Amino acid sequence: MSEKKKYITELRESATFDRSTMSEIRRAAETGIYDIRGWGAKRKLPHFDDLLFLGASMSRYPLEGYREKCNTQVTLGTRFAKKPIVIETPVTIAGMSFGALSANAKEALGRGASAVGTSTTTGDGGMTPEERGQSTKLVYQYLPSRYGMNPDDLRKADAIEVVLGQGAKPGGGGMLLGQKITERVAKMRTLPMGVDQRSACRHPDWTGPDDLAIKILELREITDWQVPIYIKVGATRTYYDVKLAVKAGADVIVVDGMQGGTAATQEVFIEHVGIPTMAAIPQAVQALQEMGMHRKVQLIVSGGIRNGADVAKCMALGADAVAIGTAALIALGCNDPKYDEEFKAIGSAAGFYDDYHEGRDPAGISTQDPELSKRLDPVEGGRRLANYLRVLTLEAQTLARACGKNDMRNLEPEDLVALTVESAAMARVPLAGTNWIPGQQQF
Amino acid sequence: MKTIDLAKQTVRDLNQALHDQAAACTETEWEVLNPKGQHNLAVGLDQKLRVDIKGHAGYYCGGMNKEADIVVHGSAGQGVAENMMSGSVRVKGNASSSAGATSIGGLLVIEGDAGSRCGISMKGSDIVVTGNVGHMSCFMGQAGTLVVCGDAGDALGDSLYEVHIYVKGEVKSLGADCIAKEMRDEHIQELSHLLKRAGVDEDPHAFKRYGSARQLYNFKVDNASAY
Repeated sequence: MSEKKKYITELRESATFDRSTMSEIRRAAETGIYDIRGWGAKRKLPHFDDLLFLGASMSRYPLEGYREKCNTQVTLGTRFAKKPIVIETPVTIAGMSFGALSANAKEALGRGASAVGTSTTTGDGGMTPEERGQSTKLVYQYLPSRYGMNPDDLRKADAIEVVLGQGAKPGGGGMLLGQKITERVAKMRTLPMGVDQRSACRHPDWTGPDDLAIKILELREITDWQVPIYIKVGATRTYYDVKLAVKAGADVIVVDGMQGGTAATQEVFIEHVGIPTMAAIPQAVQALQEMGMHRKVQLIVSGGIRNGADVAKCMALGADAVAIGTAALIALGCNDPKYDEEFKAIGSAAGFYDDYHEGRDPAGISTQDPELSKRLDPVEGGRRLANYLRVLTLEAQTLARACGKNDMRNLEPEDLVALTVESAAMARVPLAGTNWIPGQQQF
Repeated sequence: MKTIDLAKQTVRDLNQALHDQAAACTETEWEVLNPKGQHNLAVGLDQKLRVDIKGHAGYYCGGMNKEADIVVHGSAGQGVAENMMSGSVRVKGNASSSAGATSIGGLLVIEGDAGSRCGISMKGSDIVVTGNVGHMSCFMGQAGTLVVCGDAGDALGDSLYEVHIYVKGEVKSLGADCIAKEMRDEHIQELSHLLKRAGVDEDPHAFKRYGSARQLYNFKVDNASAY
């Protein structure tokens, strides 16, 4: 050992080339192809933990936590649809496909959502009978691939969501690799078994907002103007996208931030495209307010929502409801430590597993393997999800009452402060202890 | 025959009247006057109706059609017969881009030319174009048959899955993973049958067949330059 080494007690890791970065370089050098994985952005981003509520005290009047009502019911699609959707909690289940998820997982999502009176959403692969059967309120996604799209299912839907983008990959299409293209999945998507399915990133029969307006009218004509039509965008140029979506005729706009999950996409896409959910909401709300459409066209926000505080903060910033995907899967059992040994056997660990595309999920959720799928009991999964949704609702109500609100949608930006300069600028609320909103006022 | 005059009634009136036939079919023959290029004509039909549109149609005419036979006595805009399930749509004139996009079943006949992306992401329908088709036709086509009696533009059949493509004229270029294939007896029979169904008088032996090389079905490092 050299003289110098004798005095070194801690090795210094490069912040630029940390172990994870070097591992990826070695993997790329070995395989020659980019990394594909599921989940959402794993990097640390400005998020709702950087915001705090200003509970009531002398200058504001709180509501009794256990005695006074705080409404959580939200009606979606009041602009044009003859039959808007009424949800009892402002937390909905985001679109996730059969194919990416097992049929049992889709059924469990439907059961859990229905138990608390909220909606669930299909995905890039069509509507399964299990999902429709167990979902009292089902939103049918209209995606570029149009896999499984048909007018009968369209008319069975309680709402239609035209998907332009996804927070995990704005500008990219869906991906489902061959391991998960089983006979049933292949049949629903009209694809050969075992192919790597790469969905288109653009719709095949319209190219811009003027065309989209006609497309939305077509969907309304086919469904006799019965059900709401949502437009979902990945959060990027949110201000402009929301304005164009309103002009195109949306009843509801869904904005998915970059923390939103995916079943399979390039890692470089997940980590480097889009903007954080918190930064997108004020842009969307500003666009709606400038058009006089805030609360008339409802805003659903998704991407990284984990607890009732996140729900309440989204609504305080102006959302009408939120959608959860990753958190719902965790509630079902995704990444559960009880499967840690099996996660390790496939090169991962509980809490780290993101190779949804490989279809070997020990929890039986992101898989098409019949034996693994059996591990998820849809009834038990539905019960767990319903419990989780109830907790989210109770937590959000607790915070709303503390701010003196008898309706979740009465929460407002004035109820919030930020812990960091970045979050203050993005959320457009003052830095805690100051009146300063960066970008809007001089310090 | 029931007549809907779009100079006096709306597209909503038309579609609702046609949809009402699903509950109680009282009239199978329909005539639409003065369409004047309006969009979304006769969309979402799900009955064995005959609908004659006497003029030009705008976007998505016959969209998601099931069972009905629709004839456009003029040209059709973007996405004619998009996502058609069954039945037929016949365009007497030309069709704009994305004709028959994602169509799952039924027969689409275009007696003139079709624009770009004809048959994009088609999923099992049969499309017969008497004239030419534009660039990127049959892009990501999954299943079904596309017949082009004239010429095809650039990048025909790009990223193709399992559609059978038959072209009589010139193909400006083939898209990624699309190749010329041998015309065997079963293909002559398939094409002959389809031309007959479409009412098109062409010699099937004059066509060439194109299909997927199936080299891009699964990610391979060696194919990186093709993506």
